[in-house]
Amino acid sequence: MTTAQIIVTLGGIALGFFIAWFFWFAPKGQTRAAMSATGAQEVAITVKGGYTPDVIVVKSGRPVRLTFTRQESSACSEEVLFPDFNKSSLLPEGQPVTLEFTPEKPGEYGFQCKMGMLRGKLIAE
Amino acid sequence: MTKKDPVCGMEIDPDTVFASREHMGQKFYFCSEDCVGKFDTDPHRYAMATSATTGVNPELSLAQLNIPIQGLKKNSDSVQLESSLKAQSGMSRVVVNRAAGIAQVTYDPKVITLTKLAELVRSAGYQIGGTQTRIGIQNLRCASCVKFIEGELRATPGVLSVSVNVATQEATVDYLPEKTTLADLNTAIESWGYKPNPATSEEPIDKQQAAHEKEYRRLMNRFWFAAFISLPVLVTAYSKFVPFVRDWSMETLRLAWGMTALLTLPVLFWSGSDFFTGAWAALKHRSANMNSLIALGTAAAWLYSTIAILFPSIFPEGTSEPFYDVVAVVIALVVLGQALELRAKGRTSEAIKKLMGLQAKTARVVRNGQELDIPVEEVLVGDVVQVRPGEKVPVDGLILEGSSAVDESMLTGESLPASKRPGDEVIGATLNKTGAFKFRATKVGKDTALAQIVKMVQDAQNSKAPIARMADKVSGYFVPVVMILAVLTFILWFDFGPQPQLVYALVTAVTVLIIACPCALGLATPMSLMVGIGKGAENGILIRSGEALQTAQGIKIVILDKTGTITKGKPELTDTVLAAAWQENDLLHLAASVERSSEHPLAEAIVEGAKAKGIALSEPSAFEAVPGFGVIATVDGRRVVLGNLKMMNREKINLGDLEQKATSLADDGKTPMYMAVDGQAAGIVAVADTVKEDSAEAISALQKMGIEVVMITGDNQRTAQAIARKVGVDRVLAEVLPEDKAKNVHLLQAEGKLVAMVGDGINDAPALAQADVGLAIGTGTDVAIEASDITLIKGSLKGVVTAIEVSRATMGNIKQNLFGAFIYNALGLPVAMGVLFPFFGILLNPLIAGAAMAFSSVTVVGNANRLRSFKPKFSVK
Repeated sequence: MTTAQIIVTLGGIALGFFIAWFFWFAPKGQTRAAMSATGAQEVAITVKGGYTPDVIVVKSGRPVRLTFTRQESSACSEEVLFPDFNKSSLLPEGQPVTLEFTPEKPGEYGFQCKMGMLRGKLIAE
Repeated sequence: MTKKDPVCGMEIDPDTVFASREHMGQKFYFCSEDCVGKFDTDPHRYAMATSATTGVNPELSLAQLNIPIQGLKKNSDSVQLESSLKAQSGMSRVVVNRAAGIAQVTYDPKVITLTKLAELVRSAGYQIGGTQTRIGIQNLRCASCVKFIEGELRATPGVLSVSVNVATQEATVDYLPEKTTLADLNTAIESWGYKPNPATSEEPIDKQQAAHEKEYRRLMNRFWFAAFISLPVLVTAYSKFVPFVRDWSMETLRLAWGMTALLTLPVLFWSGSDFFTGAWAALKHRSANMNSLIALGTAAAWLYSTIAILFPSIFPEGTSEPFYDVVAVVIALVVLGQALELRAKGRTSEAIKKLMGLQAKTARVVRNGQELDIPVEEVLVGDVVQVRPGEKVPVDGLILEGSSAVDESMLTGESLPASKRPGDEVIGATLNKTGAFKFRATKVGKDTALAQIVKMVQDAQNSKAPIARMADKVSGYFVPVVMILAVLTFILWFDFGPQPQLVYALVTAVTVLIIACPCALGLATPMSLMVGIGKGAENGILIRSGEALQTAQGIKIVILDKTGTITKGKPELTDTVLAAAWQENDLLHLAASVERSSEHPLAEAIVEGAKAKGIALSEPSAFEAVPGFGVIATVDGRRVVLGNLKMMNREKINLGDLEQKATSLADDGKTPMYMAVDGQAAGIVAVADTVKEDSAEAISALQKMGIEVVMITGDNQRTAQAIARKVGVDRVLAEVLPEDKAKNVHLLQAEGKLVAMVGDGINDAPALAQADVGLAIGTGTDVAIEASDITLIKGSLKGVVTAIEVSRATMGNIKQNLFGAFIYNALGLPVAMGVLFPFFGILLNPLIAGAAMAFSSVTVVGNANRLRSFKPKFSVK
């Protein structure tokens, strides 16, 4: 084995571990929902290539109001689904769309675009 | 005598007032400088609000309003709403009517604005159920005009909230249609010199279609550009095979390559910009998707190529050739794939479009004695709506006057038009055939049967089938795994591959990135679900969720409730047995005339039966009902006795062989009634809850599908067996109390099979909920039956067969898709990595990988579209 090969091999293995760590094990940033005057937990989410923010922490048992604004025309993200709450909505480009529901039980609830390419998570505490 | 200050309403002594004014021949007194100042700026407004004799005119200054409140019915606690409304100053009366979903408020519009009211309702946790509309505003460019238009709209009476969006050039207005109309809103916009787009209420589905069309054009532009650039790029990349170009010197070629490097840049960053923005957005969230793979693959190819032509010396001999072709062609192909996918996707929502197309666009309502043509969205509960022959019924309601025949086939599948009289229910979107009528709207907007059907279908189309969860799990890990595989491929080829190792390592790694297609996995289930559930809806079957659809395919036992499910649920005249010398028509004439005065369902059956035979009835006299026995009356001067055996014994009638005939009728599940005229036995009339015409056919179809059919009923064994024989059911659970039905379902489930229960959704709700799949037979406007997983809006048992067929076809399609997507990736990835190379010397060209990836997801959508040609065994109509 040449030196180059050894470097590439070691570097590659390191890169492999880095990818695994980066996508699966590294802690993700979380956004805590702000409590509005009326007691609803409100979060504004931008949809562009992904959901920003994509990990949202809320309190269970209180209404959650999520306002999605889609800022792209790619058809993939035209709909957002909350399968656990049987909620879904079309997101016309540039138009804020508000989804409202109450997570009764603590837990993690995923949300996603129709084909599951973009994903986010709602954590109810 | 004190006077009232018209501004603040304070009672003041005219002798000690701060100031006074004359307006329109009337004198007004003021308590303070503030009040008189206000009056001076707008005297008319304050003068009009008062009357000279009573001070404040209650009719002018207090407004009464019915605010439709959403969600009021479900939440039983409306105290908070009431108290928070009452706490507002200027509010004089609040009545919350939960049953009607309305808060009736009497308030002072000078103190409380509608916007404020809306805010109060919202802060109490409710939504105002007004109408929302979006009005396009042409050429809205300046942000400052937004304020004016918003202000003007807000000042329009009845408007709850307004937001004008410059970016979309649209005003979103929530308003109470009883206070204002679309025309008023348009006028408000026009008053600022802007032209509203024809404010026809646009269906979201049309909007979506328009957005798809736009997106398709955008993608195609990008594709054509990338395809155009690909041509010269391909020529230089495969220069050895192109005549004339192959004679170019190395220097010329290198220069040409430099040109293609520049040419492919706009392909990367314009045609392929979605991949890069998407990949970046995903990266920021520590996630990865298809965009990440394409972006990585093409970027790596471009970077390598560019370094190779700029600094050929740092690479080993023979490895400094670029492959820009991968960049241009792969992006062109993937973008084309996305465009084609979009086209194919559009067809999957056809069923919903068809349903929405049924909706009438306008309604003619009678308000204040005037007929108004208004958009159907503005019809309110309680409006009187006029419908002429040939028109669609706009919303659900009850007929007030007039009569007609209404074609309801689009919603109920009943091919014969239903005759409608005052008091009958009419359903929105059905077609009025013959007469004109007026009806009172009972359900409008989101509450109409059609809107609920559409909503249910859409929700179901977007729900998740359990089978998709596996694909979801996989796709969560898929992309990073592919990246790791690409790195591994690079290492293996770099360490053990043939010369030039660097080129092989890079090409294979890029191919791995490009061929992997997580999209096909993600699309597999939702696309088929969309088509399958839509197909169900077209055939009158509303499937509530993907889970219900998936479970329905494995049904092994179907339990059918007898009354109303297998049978019509309404007794009918079935047989007459005649004693000597009697004619059937005479017998029925007497029997029906007697029963005319009775309200018993069996009596109604006899009257209906006689009428159906065209027999005229006489007026009975001396009518007497003997509970538990029967009835006695005099018809045409003859004493007629109609009743059971006990009645005949009481009257001491000699029955002869009639008694035996009655027993055999009873064995057939019928209810025989003896008839005696003037003390002599005249015959038997028998009524029975008859079996629906198509029940037997549907049951035999189920049995042919390998499903065991069980009948459940509260009736006695003898009646139950008789019906069961008629329709071909072997297993009968008779004499089951309504509350025990769920338990019986559970017992059948204990046999370890998937059990479906078919019932009416009201009495059978617990049993429907207990079953693995609950199918409710819906009638009329009552489609959203909570307890059911599947609603059959056509009332026929054939729907059960079709529901299972749809489920099986859809699940089959999903499995094909998932299998295809898995196999594609499971075969494609190793081939791209080069497993075939050591044995056959075959290596996958990255261009082919790009094509395969682009068309794999198109194939999935295409396969889902195949479901559109699904034909149920029993076609409707």
